[in-house]
Order: sequence, then C-alpha cells, then structure tokens
Amino acid sequence: MAEHGTAAVHTGETRRDFLYVATAAVSVVGVGAVGWPIVDSMNPTADVLALATTEVDLVPIEVGQAITVVWQSKPVFVRHRTDQEIAAAADVAIEDLRDPQADGDRVQKPEWLILIGICTHLGCIPIGYKGDFNGWFCPCHGSHYDTSGRIRVGPAPENLKVPPYTFTTDTSIVIG
Amino acid sequence: MSNSYRGSAVVRWVNDRLPIFTFLDHQMRDYPAPRNLNYWWNYGSLALVALVLQIVTGIFLAMHYIGDARFAFDSVEHIMRNVNYGWLLRYLHSNGAALFFLVVYVHIFRGLYYGSYKSPREILWWIGIVIVLAMMATAFMGYVLPWGQMSFWAATVITNLFSAIPLLGQEIVAWLWGGFAVGGPTLTRFYALHYLLPFVIFGLVFLHLWALRTVKSNNPLGIDVRGPQDTVPFHPYYTSKDYFGMGLFLLVLAGFVFYAPNYMGHPDNYIPANPMVTPTHIVPEWYFLPFYAILRAIPDKLGGVIAMAASLLVLFVLPWLDTSRVRSARFRPIYKVIFWFLLADVVLLGYVGSQPAEGIWIHIGRALTAYYFFHFLILTPVVGKIERPRPLPQSIAAVVLKGGKA
Ligand code: HEM
Ligand code: FES
Repeated sequence: MAEHGTAAVHTGETRRDFLYVATAAVSVVGVGAVGWPIVDSMNPTADVLALATTEVDLVPIEVGQAITVVWQSKPVFVRHRTDQEIAAAADVAIEDLRDPQADGDRVQKPEWLILIGICTHLGCIPIGYKGDFNGWFCPCHGSHYDTSGRIRVGPAPENLKVPPYTFTTDTSIVIG
Repeated sequence: MSNSYRGSAVVRWVNDRLPIFTFLDHQMRDYPAPRNLNYWWNYGSLALVALVLQIVTGIFLAMHYIGDARFAFDSVEHIMRNVNYGWLLRYLHSNGAALFFLVVYVHIFRGLYYGSYKSPREILWWIGIVIVLAMMATAFMGYVLPWGQMSFWAATVITNLFSAIPLLGQEIVAWLWGGFAVGGPTLTRFYALHYLLPFVIFGLVFLHLWALRTVKSNNPLGIDVRGPQDTVPFHPYYTSKDYFGMGLFLLVLAGFVFYAPNYMGHPDNYIPANPMVTPTHIVPEWYFLPFYAILRAIPDKLGGVIAMAASLLVLFVLPWLDTSRVRSARFRPIYKVIFWFLLADVVLLGYVGSQPAEGIWIHIGRALTAYYFFHFLILTPVVGKIERPRPLPQSIAAVVLKGGKA
C-alpha cells in the first residue's frame, strides 16, 4: 500500500499539475470572456454614438463676436475674427509654438475660427477674449490661447481642437 | 474547547454552535495591547467609527437620492427641504467625509512619527495606503453626486487626468465617461461605485486589522513588547479610552453639522451643473488640496499627473527608504526635526493648492513639491544612516513604571 501510494504520488504529480494548469486556464478564459462585455458595457452607448451633427447659421454673428454651440454634448466656439485677430494669428513664429500649427491649417475661411471649447489640459472651458493673447484664457490652471486657439502659455499640451465641419452655404456650417 | 466557555446557558448554547463569544473574547479581552499607547493611537478606531457613520448615513441618503443627471440636483434639495432629518443625514455625510480624512491623515502622520511602517508592519502599512486611495476615489465620486457646478467640474478635471496616459488616454476617458464628456452616464456609474467602494474599504479594514493582530500594535517607544508586564488587555482598557476619543470626535462633528455645516463646502455647488460654463475659481475639497498643489506645480500635463500619483505611491516604498532601525522619533533627534518639516510642507502645500495658479504661488508650490520628494527620497535614507539614535529603554514596563517619558 505504502509503495503504491508513493508511486501514485510520483506519477500522479504530472497529471495533477495538468489539472492545476487546466483549471487555471479555464478560469482565465472564462473570466476574460465575461470580463470584456462587462468592461465594454461602460463605453459610450449606441444612442450617444449616434448623436447628430449640429448646424450653425453664421449670419447673426458680427465681426468681433463669438458664440458657443453644443455638438456631441461638447461646447464649440464659433468666432468671427477681426482683421487684427487674423493678422495676430498669422504673425507667429510657428517653430516656437508648443504645438506647432499654422493659422491657415486651422481654418477654412480666415474670418471664421471654429474650435472645440475644451481646454486640452484637464477639460475646463476657456473664457473668450481673455488672457495674454486675447484669444482664450482657461481659469482652471491658467492656460492662455491665442486668436487661433493655439496654446501659448500654461500647462495645456495642445492647441484647442478643430472639429470636423463643412460650409453648406457661405453663411452656414454643419459640424460633425 | 467551546464548551469551556463560561456564561449563561443561552450564551453557551450559542457558543457551542457558533463560537462567536470565544472569538470576541480572543479579539478583545485576550488581545494584549502595549500599556503605553497615547492618544495618537485613538485615530484607528476613530477611522472605523467614521466609516460606519458614512455607510449608515449614506444608505439612508440613497433611499431618497436619484442617480440620474436630470433629477440628482433636485433630489439633493428634496433631501435638504422635505425629507425628515434629511438635512441632518446629508450634513453628517458631507462633514463626516471631511473629518474621516482628517482622522486618517492624523493616523498616517502618527505612523510616520513612531515608525509604524517599519518591519514587521510593512503589509499593514500598505493596506493602509490602499485604504486611503480607495477613500479618495469614494469621496471624489460622492462629491459628484449632488451634480452642482463643483461636482461637474471636479468630475471633468479629475477624469481628464487619465487623458494624460500616452496612446490610450482619450479612449480610457471616454470609457470612464460613457460619452464624449462628463454627463448622465458618468453620474449614474459614479453612484453605483460610490455605493460599492465603502464596502470594499470595509473589507480592506478587515485585512488591515488581521495584519495588525498578527504583528501587534506599535507603541510610542517603538520597542517590541517583551512580555505580559508590557501589555494590558485591549478590553476594557483601550475600548474605554477609544470611547472617550469617540465622544470628542462626535463633538467636533456636531459642531460642524449644527453650527457651520457648509464651512468646508463651496457655494458654487448649490448651482446646478452647467456643462457650458466653468466656474472661475475651481478648487477641490480641502483634503485633496496638497495633492492638487503638486499636480499644478509641474508645468507639464503628464508630468503633473505622475508627480501627484508618486506623492502617494512613494509611501509604499517608505519602509525601505528609511534606513534607520529605530522606530520611534523620540529616539531619533534628526528625524524628529525633519518629520515636523514634512508636516509643515504638506500643510503649506494644502494652502498653495487653495490659491489661484498664478504669480508667486506657482513658485512656492514648486519649492514645496520639491521638498516633499526630497524628504522621502533623499533625507529619509540619509538621515537614517548618519543619525546617532539615543539609547533605547530596556522595556515598556520599565519606562511606564518609572512614570517617565524616557
Ligand atoms: C468611505 C465612505 C464614504 C465617503 C468618504 C463618502 C463621501 C461622500 C461625499 C463627500 C459626498 C458629497 C456630499 C455633498 O457635498 O453633498 C457624498 C454623497 C453621497 N453619498 Fe457618500 N460617502 C461614503 C459612503 C457612502 C455610502 C456607503 C453610501 C450609500 C450606501 C453613500 C451614499 C451617498 C449619497 C446617496 C450621496 C448623495 C447625496 C448627497 O450629496 O448628500 N455614501 N458621499
Ligand atoms: S483645464 Fe485649462 S488649464 Fe487646466
């Protein structure tokens, strides 16, 4: 009996190891298979993803004025720039910028600057016509953006984002 | 074994089937606690009292609160105005959360002063840090629930910290939000997690106490217990002392709740959340201010987030950063001094965190942040090596019976 026992333990070792590995593997696959749907359930839902585009009529916005519209539950700034603002945005050494981008690459028509109004630092909404560059100033941790919405001073790493938009007529756009 | 338990027939009948009385005796009456514990040892049990208070008030708030962005703000006003004693439940819950942090911070600095993080208490210390992290997550998500302006923008700024993660940052943040910005789905999931996490904390507290029972309490002298002459039974000696401390704690809590219930809050949170306007001066609750100051001290997004995380994570490796084998600062002339410097540094960081991020405050914040890490990464190991500790006493009993402080 004793001999039989030790022999069993000896040869059984690899079989039992197999059982350990097999049960562990089944558990991992099982948890993984259930885990992904659980994790994914927290992602934006179908109705949120289907959120429509936003149309903006530009006629009422005077030169030197800006409005904020909502697109995909985010604020979007639509700013009718003055000639000085356009000139100031163009008159910048692009290499010196933290996030180098020419003003021309950020607008379709120079007088219309359209930006997602979310500070690229931690998501506050910057205040227009404020800050050292008269573009936007973010009150949360002091980021200054210029009249092209580019980050100039402060902790934000990137320029204010330009949303996808198209001019449907000369005086109206569709964002999204 | 169980039938050796003395007590009434009913007690014995129960104990024979579920030895709960034997267990309690073992944990309370037979648990030998060092006889020289001072009032700084009250804060552990106080933290447990605070946790229970949060859970009890929270469950009753949850019976009236609605975790839906359309109704959340109004439901909190409903609690304040219409629910019987709703104002009391809510003020106990919001002020209780703040005092919970105060208690836990004192508890941590107690550990720093008396070297409670050193061998053999490293895991006990680790579990403690995990508890603070879980508390921070819980309090943050709780603060979002009233869905006022501060709630909304706190949620925005804090969740955006994750956008600093390279490559996957934006995906992770959208996943946290359940949308393209903080919104209804965010509030509802925060509510679910805010309900869950305190019970996770409860489980962690259990592990914390399990580790404590294994390695036993440290004490103001920081020397090991040598025998029964060094200890007293936990119950009734420390239970009564803890009750006394609890009375004082409840007095302070009552002071806030009845006389200054909004003292630690921000008026902006009584304005309903508006995703289109950020308040001009947003500050977190006071218990997050030192960390907030560290976040803002670094002029780089990812760097700031890393520094803030590191300020807490450095505590995990503290047991190995401290090269001194003497636990209590009482016998460590240099460490004692740098301990108070660290405390002052953290308090000042908190003050800087409450100020706008401009001008001189930026520079002060940077200096204080640098000192914080200098303390842990440089001073602590070096002082441990060069300092000459004062001679340790023979035993706890020797010191206590002399009536001296050693
Ligand atoms: C670790 C324990 C807990 C902490 C630190 C904590 C913290 C907080 C904080 C800071 C608030 C915001 C208070 C305000 O400004 O109004 C809050 C709200 C809330 N908490 Fe908790 N909480 C805890 C446990 C719980 C539990 C266990 C529940 C439910 C079972 C709960 C339910 C609620 C509800 C319904 C609200 C919203 C109502 C209100 O704002 O007063 N909490 N919590
Ligand atoms: S969120 Fe704008 S500067 Fe931090």
